[in-house]
Amino acid sequence: MGEPVAGAIVSELADIVVVAAADAFRGDGEIFASGMGTVPMLGARVARATFEPDLLVSDGEAFFVAGDLALGGTDKVVEGWIPFRSVFDTVWSGRRHVMMGASQMDRFGNSNIANIGPFAKPKAQLLGVRGGPGNTVSHATSFFIPKHTSKVFVDAVDMVSGLGYDRAATLGPTVAKHHRLPRVVTNLAVLDFETPDHTMRLVSTHPGVTVEQVRDATGFELHIGEVVISREPTAEEHDVLQRLDPNGLRHREVSA
Amino acid sequence: MSREKRISADEAVASLEDGMSVGFGGWGSRRKPMSVVRAILRSSVTDLTVVSYGGPDVGLLAAAGRIRKIIYGFVSLDSIALEPFWRQARQAGSIAEPVEYDEGMLQWGLYAGSLRLPFLPTRAGLGSGVMDVNPGLRTVRSPYADGEDLLAVPAIRLDAAFVHLNRSDASGNAQFLGPDLYFDDLFLGACEPGRRYVSCEKVVDTDRLLDEGSFHTLRINRSMVDGVIEAPNGAHFTTCEPDYGRDEAFQRLYASSVDDFDGFRSRFLSGGEADYQAAVAAWRAES
Repeated sequence: MGEPVAGAIVSELADIVVVAAADAFRGDGEIFASGMGTVPMLGARVARATFEPDLLVSDGEAFFVAGDLALGGTDKVVEGWIPFRSVFDTVWSGRRHVMMGASQMDRFGNSNIANIGPFAKPKAQLLGVRGGPGNTVSHATSFFIPKHTSKVFVDAVDMVSGLGYDRAATLGPTVAKHHRLPRVVTNLAVLDFETPDHTMRLVSTHPGVTVEQVRDATGFELHIGEVVISREPTAEEHDVLQRLDPNGLRHREVSA
Repeated sequence: MSREKRISADEAVASLEDGMSVGFGGWGSRRKPMSVVRAILRSSVTDLTVVSYGGPDVGLLAAAGRIRKIIYGFVSLDSIALEPFWRQARQAGSIAEPVEYDEGMLQWGLYAGSLRLPFLPTRAGLGSGVMDVNPGLRTVRSPYADGEDLLAVPAIRLDAAFVHLNRSDASGNAQFLGPDLYFDDLFLGACEPGRRYVSCEKVVDTDRLLDEGSFHTLRINRSMVDGVIEAPNGAHFTTCEPDYGRDEAFQRLYASSVDDFDGFRSRFLSGGEADYQAAVAAWRAES
């Protein structure tokens, strides 16, 4: 990024990452933008507050909120009720785009939040598959990975909690039509699966990160074509970030 | 006047037998029938098949070695993402038969069970690791023009079900006052009549049920319930909004006791429910 210019807004890594997360929801329209964790949730709220005003966002409990809701904030205008049963209905209807985490991901986007090591006796028991199977066969699923390493991006995941493109392709036309992994945002880069065989592609590196670094931190061969630098937040987005995350919680989730 | 169904948690737990399938309502660390779980820990009942959107109910039963089989979509303490006692049990390989489902599949299994259907179809789970680790799951082909293959989630039937609600009358017309019913009605619906239990913060007269919430909150009626357990603070340390929130400090203490379950147990779970509540109060006064 070079030396900051006096008076210019300096973007920190977390700011870049949050707008990269927000961009995942660009063009989604009037659907539930659901973010699991600080950065995805903030990304959805930033998108709604700026370029994607029709999105529905929740308070993380059971309500859709109209207008801005800061992370950790309680001063909210409720515009709808979304208990878990309605969440499942919304998932299966397809009116949702979730951004969630993954402890492992392979080159087709198969993801794992369930367990590391064999299922019968895991080396590390994680969350369980949760809603990953239903999410990925029903609607767009994006990912946020706070620490991009070759332990996360692996040849084969230990348990498929979310389906990648290869598995989804075996399930018939309805799943093929609705299965979509729009983007993967990490602390180093933005990636997607917009390649002929739907294997992972490097889209952009964050300012100061090299293509080589991303390649070294990925346990499989990435498609690397034309790679750009991840965009900076606009001035408006900087304001929105301050408003929606006044305590800077995003910085705790992302480090270089 | 409707039938009086009030019983104690210990009486309800005395109706359980080894090897039964037992469902627990709530979600993660939210509105869990914890006083009932504590009563189960006081009993000797074991070899259970547990069905749960798992939280500390699963953690405690796993720590005490009471679970043989479990049908679940996750086990989490919400504000502490990973349930430490569950992790410990799984990593030791001590849960004989873990049946891991997608969250929505679990709802579908309970719903099929409560409608007396053999299965319900869904796409959730297809092609995922759920199919890999549960080889008994089958697909079903749509008989219509689309011919799509769907996952047939088998009905879940329970021998006993426990849910914790905010209010109930003495005959089991029960009320949730918080943000979410979760799937409590389905746990009761999927259960054989005889051991369908509602615990609640407070038993109220039937004509007072609408004092604190609209009719929309009356989602459990007495035809779904065999026993009512009055258990003030019974969901502790999980949430029971709006009566109380999660006791985060105590949950942290619980989670940090993972390497000393015996110590936690002797301090908090060696006596009855009143002793538990007193021990928690004493701990709070100290800390």
